[in-house]
Amino acid sequence: MRFAQTSAITAALLAALVTGCSTTSTEGQSGAAVETRTPTATSSGVGNQSGALSPLKDPNNILSKRSVYFDFDKYEVKAEYKQLVAAHAKYLSENKSAKILIQGNTDERGSREYNLALGQKRADAVKKALNLLGAKDDQIESVSLGEEKPKAEGHDEAAYAENRRADILYNGEY
Amino acid sequence: MTTPRFLPRRSLIQGLLAALALSVLPHVAHAQLTVEVTGAGANRIPIAIADFGGEPGLSRALTTVVRGDLERSGLFKMIDPGSQALTENSAVDYGSWKGRGADALAAGSLASGGDGRMEARFRLYDVTRQQSLGGAAYLTSTPALRAAGHRIADFIYEKLTGEPGVFSTRIAYVVKTGSRYALQIADADGQNAQSALVSKEPIISPAWSPDGGRLAYVSFENKKPVVYVHNLATGRRQVVSNFKGSNSAPAWSPDGNRLAVVLTKDGGSQIFVLNADGSGVTRLMTSSGIDTEPQWSADGRYVYFTSDRGGQPQIYRVATSGGAAERVTFEGSYNVSPRLSPDGRLLAYITRGAGGFRLAVMDLNSRQTQVLTDSSRDESPSFAPNGRMILFATEIGGRGVLSAVSADGRIKQRLSIAAGDVREPAWGPLVK
Repeated sequence: MRFAQTSAITAALLAALVTGCSTTSTEGQSGAAVETRTPTATSSGVGNQSGALSPLKDPNNILSKRSVYFDFDKYEVKAEYKQLVAAHAKYLSENKSAKILIQGNTDERGSREYNLALGQKRADAVKKALNLLGAKDDQIESVSLGEEKPKAEGHDEAAYAENRRADILYNGEY
Repeated sequence: MTTPRFLPRRSLIQGLLAALALSVLPHVAHAQLTVEVTGAGANRIPIAIADFGGEPGLSRALTTVVRGDLERSGLFKMIDPGSQALTENSAVDYGSWKGRGADALAAGSLASGGDGRMEARFRLYDVTRQQSLGGAAYLTSTPALRAAGHRIADFIYEKLTGEPGVFSTRIAYVVKTGSRYALQIADADGQNAQSALVSKEPIISPAWSPDGGRLAYVSFENKKPVVYVHNLATGRRQVVSNFKGSNSAPAWSPDGNRLAVVLTKDGGSQIFVLNADGSGVTRLMTSSGIDTEPQWSADGRYVYFTSDRGGQPQIYRVATSGGAAERVTFEGSYNVSPRLSPDGRLLAYITRGAGGFRLAVMDLNSRQTQVLTDSSRDESPSFAPNGRMILFATEIGGRGVLSAVSADGRIKQRLSIAAGDVREPAWGPLVK
């Protein structure tokens, strides 16, 4: 993980993010090998008003809820997560410096590569829902971990359900 | 491909079938990957591999490799050769070998050159026709003795079955031990395993270049999937695809110059083609759903792939010259991981049915399909380069193991490691 400590580095990396990814030469790719994920600036993002518990961390605040669960082989964001998604979209649109990484995950059953694509669909579905509600594209990166990083290690339905998931991570949390 | 020069007679086959019903196949244990044969061909060729001449300990080590290879293939039945060493120049008493039940016999010697180098010589005989089927001599050494044994077994296999042997080939796979991932390369019998890469993050989808010199794979070491090409001789690794989002599912073109990969940089999981150094990225096609797991046909004319464009994952193919994709699998609601046999006749894939995820094959001419296993967690099929066996990952007792099954479903082998999960197998090409 690369954590930039200054806003100057943040700006430089953001520039790399914008320009680096469009090139296709080997040289260009080694440039793009700089994490495309948005780096953390410790002073921005997670709002922390005068020592009060951050709304992102406050267990009584819906913003502390970060996981969207999916049905088997599905990537539609279910109605029960509308409120959660809306709250994060609102937070992102009100805090323009906040950035998130959405990690899509799947259960272990079936093809690893298909699951990687499925996890990407799940992360993309959450990203799209946030975009529609006002979060800007450059505040969000969606990636997939497929079935490779299970949160629940078991091999039963409960574990599978826990792993069919997209997680929202704010800058500083990844 | 040479023509078969040796076919068991009908009465012999019947006799063998009876013998097979009674025989219990030995479990051949090795230090690393353990290969266990759990099924065998219906008409195994009875063959005697005599103890070779030369220094007895080394000769025995050599013939043990030859016998083990042939026996594990499931196509041969080992006839007890007795304890007398027989060299490639010894006179053959065909009547006596016929009396023991052998249809074929191999004899040879291991000659020391004094400088640590040795020469393994052997000759193969057709006992029924009472004639030599030829022989060969291979330069070797004590550390390379196993390799010489594999080459002898390859020679015998090809002479007697008419198809190339794969005992000298290598396999790649990933071992997960705790939170450690190792991309390993081993001989086809599971011996001589070496780690090409060890990582704390997942490694998936290893794919051999057609010349066997490089492996493409997906590593998560940068906290996201990135495609690498790894030169096995030099250990040098190169990032070939690290675009925004996910980079995965590398597949080599038959000429080894290009890779098909799956990128999400432009939205969705879509198939792109790039040069093996990462340059020249072009999109193969555009779809609204998931397109992944590309595989080139051996003639390079088609790319087979998995897509959910019809609402559920099915296998399709598209001409590399362009045009519309054509659906290939129709039975069932989940068919993934297409792999083509080297001759292009068969498609191996994973199908989900009532019993779980199982390895299946489709005859691409007749479109007939056959489920080859009764396991429930099959993944990642990989054809042997002679098309005979299909290596795949499955799960036994909650642990990942590698299994192999013949394309006709008759011969089954299991490869497991004492500690750790084994997954993501890829069978390397024939050794030139």
